[in-house]
Amino acid sequence: MSLRRPDALGGRAAIVGIGATSFSKDSGRSELTLAVQAVRAALDDAGLSPVDVDGLVSFTMDTSPEIAVAQATGIGELSFFSRVHYGGGAACATIQQAALAVTTGVAEVVVCYRAFNERSGRRFGSGVQHREPSAEGAALGWVLPFGLLTPASWVAMAARRYLHTYGLSPDAFGPVAVADRRHAATNPAAYFYRKPITLADHAASRWIAEPLRLLDCCQETDGGQALVVTSLERAHDLRRRPAVITAAAQGAGRAQEQMTSFYRDDLTGLPEMGVVARQLWRTSGLGPGDVDTAVLYDHFTPFVLMQLEEFGFCGRGEAADFAADGGLEIGGRLPVNTHGGQLGEAYLHGMNGIAEAVRQVRGTSVNQVPDASRVLVTAGTGVPTSGLLLGRAQ
Amino acid sequence: MTDAEPAAGFYERIKAYEGQSAAVGGEGRDPVNSPMIRHWCEAMGHLLPVDGSAPPTMLQVWTMAGLSGHGDRSGPYDELLGALDAAGFDAVVATDCEQEYVRPLRPGDRIVFDAVIESVSPRKTTKLGIGHFITTRMDLRSGGEQVGTHRFRILKYAPAPRKAPGKRPRPVVNRDNAGFWNGVSRHELLIQRCTGCGTPRFPWLPGCNSCGGQAWDTVKASGSGTVYSYVVMHHPPFPAFEPPYAVALVELPEGVRMIANVTGVPYDKVRIGMPVELEFAVVDDELTLPVFRVREGV
Repeated sequence: MSLRRPDALGGRAAIVGIGATSFSKDSGRSELTLAVQAVRAALDDAGLSPVDVDGLVSFTMDTSPEIAVAQATGIGELSFFSRVHYGGGAACATIQQAALAVTTGVAEVVVCYRAFNERSGRRFGSGVQHREPSAEGAALGWVLPFGLLTPASWVAMAARRYLHTYGLSPDAFGPVAVADRRHAATNPAAYFYRKPITLADHAASRWIAEPLRLLDCCQETDGGQALVVTSLERAHDLRRRPAVITAAAQGAGRAQEQMTSFYRDDLTGLPEMGVVARQLWRTSGLGPGDVDTAVLYDHFTPFVLMQLEEFGFCGRGEAADFAADGGLEIGGRLPVNTHGGQLGEAYLHGMNGIAEAVRQVRGTSVNQVPDASRVLVTAGTGVPTSGLLLGRAQ
Repeated sequence: MTDAEPAAGFYERIKAYEGQSAAVGGEGRDPVNSPMIRHWCEAMGHLLPVDGSAPPTMLQVWTMAGLSGHGDRSGPYDELLGALDAAGFDAVVATDCEQEYVRPLRPGDRIVFDAVIESVSPRKTTKLGIGHFITTRMDLRSGGEQVGTHRFRILKYAPAPRKAPGKRPRPVVNRDNAGFWNGVSRHELLIQRCTGCGTPRFPWLPGCNSCGGQAWDTVKASGSGTVYSYVVMHHPPFPAFEPPYAVALVELPEGVRMIANVTGVPYDKVRIGMPVELEFAVVDDELTLPVFRVREGV
């Protein structure tokens, strides 16, 4: 990884298997069971068996340790195991870690997974009222006593400044929600299958943390998602068309906080995603015009607009116009979140979005973008984050 | 909710009332009549129908018992309510109604009706408390023919105890930031400053993000500030806060920003760019917080 030069990771590893549980509001299963089922499904998809796996990667937030997942799936010895921090910001970085391992020979087959009962168990949206006095806890301690307690509220602070700076109203976020829900409406795996919304529905939905309305906030989900990564060489011998990891990057900004980066810059962008964007473009030699479709992390709609700007799909302050009039929908300027996103399909900390990017490269999405060969995926926004460019093998 | 923890089999017992009558042979106190239609239309701001018929949504007017009470109630319905009362579900709230209109009602129509207990819900947890929804369906007839249906739902519940207002979340104090909170307790807002490069910093940290310098002193904030951004919190509710309330990001002329509450204006009047002035709010015995009051004349 480098802030200044292309890296040597691009094009050497691929995602060869994807698997998920059903996405629900009450799985009735343990989080470990969800993780195990997702891992097994991903291995089945790849045509590999547990004994082929020698690496596992997950999130620091995941409650299912690599060793427990390995035991309960029949995976034996592990030569590589790793966890990535910062909530949903970890998603694409799990794939990066796996790619680093398989391209250096540290491991041969690595499974990345994330599973939780985020709706029926611990709900992130219910907020934080107490933190331990670690450096991480203290960072959030500057906002808690004043009642800024939820992820929605932390995003809303930047969203308000963005609207103010560019003279927009909260309706500017509507097209993001409408695009997600339109795509979810034709995706049988989506929680909001057959439930599209209109701009009027968005504008009429109740306030959660002004300027965010209910329909600006993603749903909460029980479920698990896993992805199998191996070297490009080995990928060619497997049954699925490989989704080549053309580029992978992590990024943190200067004066970065987790969700509360209020004290830097002008609050109208996502500098950490800018770090990711520069590295993805630099390593791949590609630019925004080369991408056929994108999966942009959408726990809250405003940060989808800011991501469009950070990646250069449009200029600063132009994302609302870019997204308007179906700009993010199939057939639009840039089809975004063709699975329905986390607003429409499921909130799996971004891992289900990587699976959708794989399906687009394979040509098997329920909302397939014709001949999609290059797909951008991003991880959690407002936190230190990560991103991927996936493509077809040459 | 111990007094609303009914014995096993309670739900089966109250569910058995489904299908039993809630009112039998009820008669409207007055026939459909023009003065009542006119009064109702005036009170509701409804246009008076030109053909003299009653607006369909008046349906319930023709069956209500008036101030004298529920003389038409059946034994089973009273028994059901009594059973719920005895089990601790002694509060009631009407939740919704649905009506169907078969034909217009005209002055002179005499309304008779029967009502049936259509459903008794399983135990439900609501914000008001735990209880059971009871739906009754009243069939209205006139001259032997069906003229409408009135489906009415109530919640019989055990009121949830009102929670005592909770304490505000505490600041997260450690060795790196204790100086700030000690300052607040003396009603001073202290900003760290790198003694190497002079850069002010907030939040408090042990080193400088500009030059990496580890030595620092503090500057006492002058107290003036400007609202840089803000959020109005609506949902979910938290014990110590009454939504909606505003939380602001305040920019200080010393060159830092901090989160705080804005006082002196209602939550919906906070705006970006508002000049504000520091003050200290004593929240409880153990907590004082810096807050910002909107300057006079704004």
